[in-house]
Amino acid sequence: MNPLGSLKYHLNVNLLGRSFLRFDRMRLTRRMRRVGFWKNEYLSPPLMTSPWLKELIASHYLKGRYANGHGPVAWVTSGGPVEFLVALGYYVLYPENHGAVCGIRRSAEDLCIMAEGHGYSRDICSYARTDFGAMLGGKTPVGRLPRPDLLLCCSNICQTVLLWYRVLAHHFKVPLILVETPFLYRDALPHQVDYVKRQLEAGVEVAEKVAGRSLTPSALGLVARRSKEASLLWAEIMTCGKQCPTPITAFDEFIHMAPIVEMRGEQFTVDYYRAMLAELKGRIEHKLGALKNEKKRILWDNLPIWYRMRRLSQLLAERGVAMVASTYTNAWGELAEMMDSSKPIESAARVYLHPILNRGTGHKLETIENMAREYQADGIILHSDRSCKPYSVGQMDQREKLAKEMNLAALLLEADHNDPRVYSDEQAENRLEAFLEVLGA
Amino acid sequence: MSGGDVHALGIDAGSTTLKLVALDGQCSMLWHMLEPSQPRLEEQAKRMLQEASAKAGRELGEESIVATGYGRNLIPAGRRITEITCHARGAFAATGHGGTLVDIGGQDSKVIVIGQDGQVTNFVMNDKCAAGTGRFLEVAATRLDISLDELGRVALDSKGEVSISSTCTVFAESEIVSQLARGQPIEHIVRGLVRSLIRRVAALAKSAGISAPLMLSGGVAKNPAVREFLAQELSQAVELPNHPQLMGAYGAALLARADK
Repeated sequence: MNPLGSLKYHLNVNLLGRSFLRFDRMRLTRRMRRVGFWKNEYLSPPLMTSPWLKELIASHYLKGRYANGHGPVAWVTSGGPVEFLVALGYYVLYPENHGAVCGIRRSAEDLCIMAEGHGYSRDICSYARTDFGAMLGGKTPVGRLPRPDLLLCCSNICQTVLLWYRVLAHHFKVPLILVETPFLYRDALPHQVDYVKRQLEAGVEVAEKVAGRSLTPSALGLVARRSKEASLLWAEIMTCGKQCPTPITAFDEFIHMAPIVEMRGEQFTVDYYRAMLAELKGRIEHKLGALKNEKKRILWDNLPIWYRMRRLSQLLAERGVAMVASTYTNAWGELAEMMDSSKPIESAARVYLHPILNRGTGHKLETIENMAREYQADGIILHSDRSCKPYSVGQMDQREKLAKEMNLAALLLEADHNDPRVYSDEQAENRLEAFLEVLGA
Repeated sequence: MSGGDVHALGIDAGSTTLKLVALDGQCSMLWHMLEPSQPRLEEQAKRMLQEASAKAGRELGEESIVATGYGRNLIPAGRRITEITCHARGAFAATGHGGTLVDIGGQDSKVIVIGQDGQVTNFVMNDKCAAGTGRFLEVAATRLDISLDELGRVALDSKGEVSISSTCTVFAESEIVSQLARGQPIEHIVRGLVRSLIRRVAALAKSAGISAPLMLSGGVAKNPAVREFLAQELSQAVELPNHPQLMGAYGAALLARADK
């Protein structure tokens, strides 16, 4: 930390930024209350908490912009055990979330091309290429990304991150904490939990050294409690999708999931999800669906297609098809019960071993089958994501089983979560329309 | 009601050909029209529909028309339905049973599993690549200076077969050039090309889960080598409906008739 850096941070973030973003949130909220604000024929108005979400995300990246010089910065994978970093006062950046922002804002393609120009193959995950492009060219729709002082990579989501974070470590010349999570075919065994726990303990030491401060049990306990509370709220938010009509679609969840991924452990994240849940309960009470006329219900498997979300959401809404849940957004809530803030490190070791991507394809199929029953789904779209092999492997068999054994209409939709060059509107929509005809929508 | 009166039209605007089928009140095919697709599809379809109205002896309103195929959104029709549903409906009506329909069109290949009541129970389409489609054979035929109609016979009569390893249309073309340069007989290359196409389609069919009997539709079905090789690769007899190329338009016309 240097005094000038901190002054700049407080001036831009706490004084100017916070006031501007709060004002903007109020302005947007007022606009949403105006009669005639919402003109979509098929979709209900967005949640009133949406401007708050916009404020949170903008504030997160604003803090990042001025973080260097004010406090330590860590870049982490989306499934990374982040609680001890938050407790140590790190500003935490998630390159995958940033990648999604670039995908939505249509700047991912240019960043991927930039990475490819430096020799990174098109076969590499498009999040990684987006991140490399931002790292190499410094361009980002969020203004500026802070330089990391520390990297934390957890292998519980894929193996690509192991190489991706080595590239980052080489480029930024900063320490890399690697948390290796053994793949699980059933629940974690005690020695597996112990193995991850010891890596976390070693990681804490590195993080303390980089931050220049010690981790206190009370600070870690507080962050772990908030993390659990937010995850429980997020899990409850997703269960609202079980209602008919559903007050929320998976498209909404893809957007509203940002805080649970990149702002875990913060009190404002808990506050935000509490307000969002209250609003959804209100919608349920008034039978207000996310779609104005819900006729069919489907699930989504895998990451979203960030650059086509609006188009796909509209296309489904026009046919009365509500996407009531997704395995992807579910992943950030399903382990909430497993969190134990009284044993933050051991519980983190257990929780971060169990994400859906660190378990067998049979477990994923079981998760989908349970979701199909609980959410009363008529069909499922399995996004075969060229960039996410661990998520896409097994989908052909899963599709067949879901169609035959559960009588679900099932579509395998080939695309890529962040690289629009892999996506063909004409072909994808033709398949989607045929699927909707099979669904009877 | 006269059996000769046109009651419904189905129009299939494919990437290679534009097909139109007219049905009578008993859902029998009265006549059809088939033309190569032109770049200005909208104008071509309008002209075709005018000709159809003239042939029918009366103006046919949009409510009597269902459009399908890639260009369906450009066609004035009461409803627009994907070729998956239309091909399934057409093949079911033409054969009288369900099963697995393999449709190899100009731009894509589809495998549609049809239930015993004619409903689509599953479908898969080729990925974003022309290798498993009619376009693959068109490109090869042009390069080898053989007409598309001859291609099947040449492949079947060939005593030898060259292995075409590439599954990409563009690279297959360069592979053809290399094979020609090595002095391989043209018929061996042709046989290898059809085999390559069918292997890809067979893999697609297996991924959908084949439910017997196996049926084939689409313009490529006219190629006898395609039929034979598909039967070999999937170890099943292949049933060909009458007018395999018209199954999409026929199904569309049946759906238009059902709407009435």
